[in-house]
Amino acid sequence: MSASAVFVLDLKGKVLICRNYKGDVDMSEIDHFFTLLVQQEEEGLLCPVMSHGNVHFLWIKHSNLYLVATTNKNSNASLVYAFLYKLVEVFTEYFKELEEESIQDNFVVVYELLDELMDFGFPQTTDSKILQEYITQQGNKLEVAKTKVPTTVTNAVSWRSEGIRYKKNEVFIDVIESINVLVNANGSVMSSDIVGSIKLKTMLSGMPELRLGLNDRMLFALTGRDKGKAVTMEDVKFHQCVRLSRFESDRTISFIPPDGESELMSYRINTHVKPLIWIESVIEKFSHSRVEIMVKAKGQFKKQSVANNVEIRVPVPSDADSPKFKTSTGHAKYVPEKNLVVWSIKSFPGGKEFLMRAHFGLPSVENHEMEGRPPITVKFEIPYFTVSGIQVRYMKIIEKSGYQALPWVRYITQSGGDDDGLHQCGVCAAGPRR
Amino acid sequence: MTDSKYFTTTKKGEIFELKAELNSDKKEKKKEAVKKVIASMTVGKDVSALFPDVVNCMQTDNLELKKLVYLYLMNYAKSQPDMAIMAVNTFVKDCEDLNPLIRALAVRTMGCIRVDKITEYLCEPLRKCLKDEDPYVRKTAAVCVAKLHDINAQLVEDQGFLDTLKDLISDSNPMVVANAVAALSEIAESHPNSNLLDLNPQTINKLLTALNECTEWGQIFILDCLASYLPRDDRESQSICERVTPRLSHANSAVVLSAVKVLMKFMEMLPKDLDYYGTLLKKLAPPLVTLLSAEPELQYVALRNINLIVQKRPEILKHEMKVFFVKYNDPIYVKLEKLDIMIRLASQANIAQVLAELKEYATEVDVDFVRKAVRAIGRCAIKVEQSAERCVSTLLDLIQTKVNYVVQEAIVVIKDIFRKYPNKYESVIATLCENLDSLDEPEARAAMIWIVGEYAERIDNADELLESFLEGFHDESTQVQLQLLTAIVKLFLKKPTETQELVQQVLSLATQDSDNPDLRDRGYIYWRLLSTDPVAAKEVVLAEKPLISEETDLIEPTLLEELICHIGTLASVYHKPPSAFVEGSRGVQHKRLPPRAGSGESTESPDVGQSGPSEAPPAVIPSQGDLLGDLLNLDLAPPTATVPSVQPSMQMGAMDLLGGGLDSLMGAGLGAAPAAMPASLGGAPAVGGGLGDLFDLGGGVGMPTGSYVAPKTVWLLAMKAKGLEISGTFARRGGIIQMDLSLTNKAMSVMTDFAIQFNRNSFGLAPAGPLQVLTPLSPNQTIDVSLPLSTSGPVMKMEPLNNLQVIYPPTK
Repeated sequence: MSASAVFVLDLKGKVLICRNYKGDVDMSEIDHFFTLLVQQEEEGLLCPVMSHGNVHFLWIKHSNLYLVATTNKNSNASLVYAFLYKLVEVFTEYFKELEEESIQDNFVVVYELLDELMDFGFPQTTDSKILQEYITQQGNKLEVAKTKVPTTVTNAVSWRSEGIRYKKNEVFIDVIESINVLVNANGSVMSSDIVGSIKLKTMLSGMPELRLGLNDRMLFALTGRDKGKAVTMEDVKFHQCVRLSRFESDRTISFIPPDGESELMSYRINTHVKPLIWIESVIEKFSHSRVEIMVKAKGQFKKQSVANNVEIRVPVPSDADSPKFKTSTGHAKYVPEKNLVVWSIKSFPGGKEFLMRAHFGLPSVENHEMEGRPPITVKFEIPYFTVSGIQVRYMKIIEKSGYQALPWVRYITQSGGDDDGLHQCGVCAAGPRR
Repeated sequence: MTDSKYFTTTKKGEIFELKAELNSDKKEKKKEAVKKVIASMTVGKDVSALFPDVVNCMQTDNLELKKLVYLYLMNYAKSQPDMAIMAVNTFVKDCEDLNPLIRALAVRTMGCIRVDKITEYLCEPLRKCLKDEDPYVRKTAAVCVAKLHDINAQLVEDQGFLDTLKDLISDSNPMVVANAVAALSEIAESHPNSNLLDLNPQTINKLLTALNECTEWGQIFILDCLASYLPRDDRESQSICERVTPRLSHANSAVVLSAVKVLMKFMEMLPKDLDYYGTLLKKLAPPLVTLLSAEPELQYVALRNINLIVQKRPEILKHEMKVFFVKYNDPIYVKLEKLDIMIRLASQANIAQVLAELKEYATEVDVDFVRKAVRAIGRCAIKVEQSAERCVSTLLDLIQTKVNYVVQEAIVVIKDIFRKYPNKYESVIATLCENLDSLDEPEARAAMIWIVGEYAERIDNADELLESFLEGFHDESTQVQLQLLTAIVKLFLKKPTETQELVQQVLSLATQDSDNPDLRDRGYIYWRLLSTDPVAAKEVVLAEKPLISEETDLIEPTLLEELICHIGTLASVYHKPPSAFVEGSRGVQHKRLPPRAGSGESTESPDVGQSGPSEAPPAVIPSQGDLLGDLLNLDLAPPTATVPSVQPSMQMGAMDLLGGGLDSLMGAGLGAAPAAMPASLGGAPAVGGGLGDLFDLGGGVGMPTGSYVAPKTVWLLAMKAKGLEISGTFARRGGIIQMDLSLTNKAMSVMTDFAIQFNRNSFGLAPAGPLQVLTPLSPNQTIDVSLPLSTSGPVMKMEPLNNLQVIYPPTK
């Protein structure tokens, strides 16, 4: 049904640790994995599924490791990938960083976890908070009396243990919206979407029953009843703890929250938003001599709001040199290893407009290699503001002991994508891109 | 302090030292020693020599030590089966430990020790654990049954574990239910015919209840199991769909895909006019789109599946074109899949946007991606007629870039555009000819040569161009050689006076100097055609070509149905049936979508959608290499004919007329016809009775026609087709192939309204007239009918070649 065995390999394809779950695939088959990988890489046809004979390798890469599952059946591929990513998540929560060293440093726990996470190819308990209750790193602390199976493992509520105590009962709610806008060279918006999520930090005692109330406009959007001007939510995803059938029947978001931090729900809005920070650029390239870049950024959001930590990343040719900058605010920096100019502005009020000019020298010998044309990207965050207009109306907390609990709510809108990544987020480019 | 220190002891005499430490009295020292052993095992050293010493440490109350010893056992028990027995006692004891963690650990490890000898000792402990009070132990024991079954199936059956496992489906704990379902599904997979997962409305109800409560993985097991259930009617199907839909909102992509599988399958049974059907269609789109924001590998799986879903039910995602636009930092495998789906979704409404995107992609840096983008532009031109002109001008722009591989791809697709819209865009030929020298890939060269040959009369220097290729004839690939041969013959037929020398040259090159039988044969055929009857040669070689179809690369409908039943699995990623890549599954029945309920709207096939039944569904293009097509200069782009029939209205009774098929056909038609002949013409396209001619040929050679008719054999058993039994054979009377059928009604009620439909088959067989069954067929009555057949139907190579699928849908 799913994986026959799971391997963790280093970058050279050496097996660091493995676990044979079913015994129907020869463990030495893994030797073919790396050869195949190299071969595919050379052909430029890399694919997350590879096969050798009747053995199939499903793999992902994480930092300096390959996580590989083998099978010779018609396995559920999506389950296998989801499991491999879960593996990364659990290991990361156990060891902070998942990399070659941490696997070796903790091989006993890794074996224990591999044993607990999957049985005969079926993923079992994969919630790291629960696992940490009975698989701990300090093995010698484990006394027999203490290691009972947490009932949580098999409870219907498999994500929260009983008997949690807090002196002060609080729950923090973060509403975070990331927006991704792609603008083409002519200045028209190619695609825009908003990915929102509601994150919880729960510090509540006992087994509290929570109910989250959103503003009506949002709820209508969720049900798709709203046909008018308001935003429509494309899709909502909930944490395992939310009663999906309840939501389906009466649109109530009710749940027993996991302890600590978790993502309660995420949603996607596919609606036309105008880019919050509009970028116009003129990039003039004079072959063999220089490149001149002019970037204008305009805040297209409410005047009361302020965008923080704005970073505008402008790609430059890889052979550019001797940078010179002039900015009306903030400062610009050349990052040669990424072929970028990063223009950072600490705070960017709505309605304002700023300008940056950059000048680069180009070598007289032309670079013949074709270069990709990554777009200009903008990173920012705007607190106390959401594009969708989502609002938390109430958070009802009911626990049988009847304590008072305080919910806190924060809103923030930010550009999408990873921190280090050059994702196509908040991108606006006008004029010739190169 | 980290564990890495255990890896550092590499001195000599290590094993000996470890042995001493393992037998130490001190607990701490023992544990350290076991850790060292495990560390050595991890780096691949053979520490099996320590087996007895490690097993001695098994009896400990330290859980961590116990786990390590168990781990060691799992690894080495197989190499030391005799000594593994030593461990049995401890297992039995551990299975009765007070601590459920230890009980579960013991039962879990037991199952992983794949030693036949000890399995029987494990039955009693397992039986106890299956009834354990702690659900954690029960859920582990459930999986252990599957493990044991894998080692010794007979034992599991004899011990009655399967029944216990079935009982666990009614367990109060959802995790136990989920694992029991998973174990049963796994066992059922290796016994396709056992009625193990005997699903009925009651068990389904239990599963659906457990679905709401178990872990994300358990939900997947249950959903995958649900997908193999066949609801009794559309009402049951709808109620299951209603209870599965909430899973579409789950954060785990695998849960979502498994839910999509169930819905796609059960939807098939819902009447189309039902409101709920429309609602369901609408609900499917958003979760599918959201899958595209998952991790790239999961995106890839999702995209491969969306590719199937788009073919099966294009209406679901027809408004979602934009989400398939490629992001510049997508991995290449995601990019290529997105491109494929973009083309499938391209329509008049969104073509402008798509073209703008594709043009952008064609200037990217990744060569493979650029090539595919250029091809995509061509496919858009063929698919959306209104956009053809714009596509052609886009392609011309791209040719102007003079980037070598872009030009070559563009020429390949322009050739297809010529095929689709003859006499419309020939003005671009001049531009193409300018780039003749830069073509170095066989496919592009062949395409260019085809164009020159096809439009020889409009290209003044066609002879010079072709002659220039002829110089290096022997260094060309076969594809180019064949093409060159055909093009020059065409040229000759168009301008006979000035090219006689050229044609003789190429014919002699092909027939005398070549080792390639295909090339030689083609050369000879042309030669003889030209020498015996130039007029006939003209008719054959310059015949009007059927238009190429708009959809390419479509998956054959029965395969598509099967793949829909495997959404989320490797089969759906490979787009191959599981039997193609899983060993030992050849005999396994292929999964089918359930038949739609209610015959009222059944005339409309699900595929045709809004286009209406009058419009033929897009034909599947057979794979390349069709010799006959090439001969008639159809070439390269495999041609297809339009399909005369509407898709099957009911899937019921679809069956393989295996065996008898070819034999009797051959017996009837050709007598002892040389088997090699039809075989070599395997995937021949349906060219105006091309194959029919072949039959005539057979007759002309002197075969007595109609001399032998194979006796009728039973093709369809009554129990498989709601009481209709069919036996039949093929015969040939007066040059017409006929199918003789005996229809017997073995059901209780009267049957009327017979109809017949042939699925695409290797010979292009299709009914030449309607099935004439005049009287209603009353119970136990048999009638004989003869159905004239023609060979003008669509051709598709079947495996085996003589596999013929016929659908008789009697409506009662």
